[in-house]
Amino acid sequence: MSDHAHALHLETSTGLDNRKLAIWTFIGSECLFFATLISNYLVNKGKSLVGPLPHEAWTSPTGQVFEPIIEIPLVTVGTALLLFSSLFVVLALAGAQRGDRKALLLWLGLTLVCGFFFVGMQVYEFTHFYHKGLTLRTNLFGASFFTLTGFHGTHVTLGVIWLLTLWIEAFRGKIPPAKSLNLEIAALYWHFVDVVWIVIFPVVYLIR
Amino acid sequence: MDAHAPTRTGGADTAHSHPTAGIYVKIGIVLFVLTALEVGLYEMTYGERAGAFGRAIEPFFVAILLLLSAAKFALVAMYYMHLKQDHKLFSGVFVFPLIIAIFVIVGLILLQAYHFAFARSG
Repeated sequence: MSDHAHALHLETSTGLDNRKLAIWTFIGSECLFFATLISNYLVNKGKSLVGPLPHEAWTSPTGQVFEPIIEIPLVTVGTALLLFSSLFVVLALAGAQRGDRKALLLWLGLTLVCGFFFVGMQVYEFTHFYHKGLTLRTNLFGASFFTLTGFHGTHVTLGVIWLLTLWIEAFRGKIPPAKSLNLEIAALYWHFVDVVWIVIFPVVYLIR
Repeated sequence: MDAHAPTRTGGADTAHSHPTAGIYVKIGIVLFVLTALEVGLYEMTYGERAGAFGRAIEPFFVAILLLLSAAKFALVAMYYMHLKQDHKLFSGVFVFPLIIAIFVIVGLILLQAYHFAFARSG
């Protein structure tokens, strides 16, 4: 909604801001999107005919040994960073709502740092898996793993870009309290990306 | 503007005050502890130093992890996404597809289990 529209105090049939309702509707549809990807991962779990496998070593007919591919410590760090980023973005929103530009820039900046590290962790993990012989076409685990975590990683990347544009806007002083809804909408998307990972982390990495 | 007065542009969603920074930090700590618990249980059950406790909880491991995960999910949705304070329509728009999503996951798992248990064997 433009500043002009704000000035006119446009009414909506629900009495709610249309943009906020739109992002919640989008998030609802995203629930179904990720449900299909998680279902796909779960129904194919344990049905790979060849390795590398997530939690077990596998020896090929030629005698080549593939070690278990999942690395819990690395992903745990990534998970913690994503959780902290959710805390930081909500603190940034609180700062924006009370007109505290320094707090907004600080917490939003920290959110971005966490987001960058998470994406970096995922790029490292994917590269590591590739070098260990796991690709999208290797087996059912590879196909469903890369599809699920790849789509999530894409969402995180888009979230980082969105938050970065807002950080630049905040730096220019263009997010006063009256416009804090712009950040709230981006924050809702970011939290959703976080809650999806809250499901993916145990399902993919911890449950055998 | 009165913080508790509904606005036409922001809508009724702005009529409720959000939690304080202190609450956010406490929720963050709880989320971190729950994640540490998840990984700790994994290490105790399947890690190199897995012992009697790990073997005892192994049958319940998946259920415990799903419960912890659900708790984290609910905390983020209720407090960080403000569903606890915001208009109920937002909760409805989110929770209704979420319930369908859970049915999709459970349905597909059961369908696949049926396929492998009965249908494939003829």
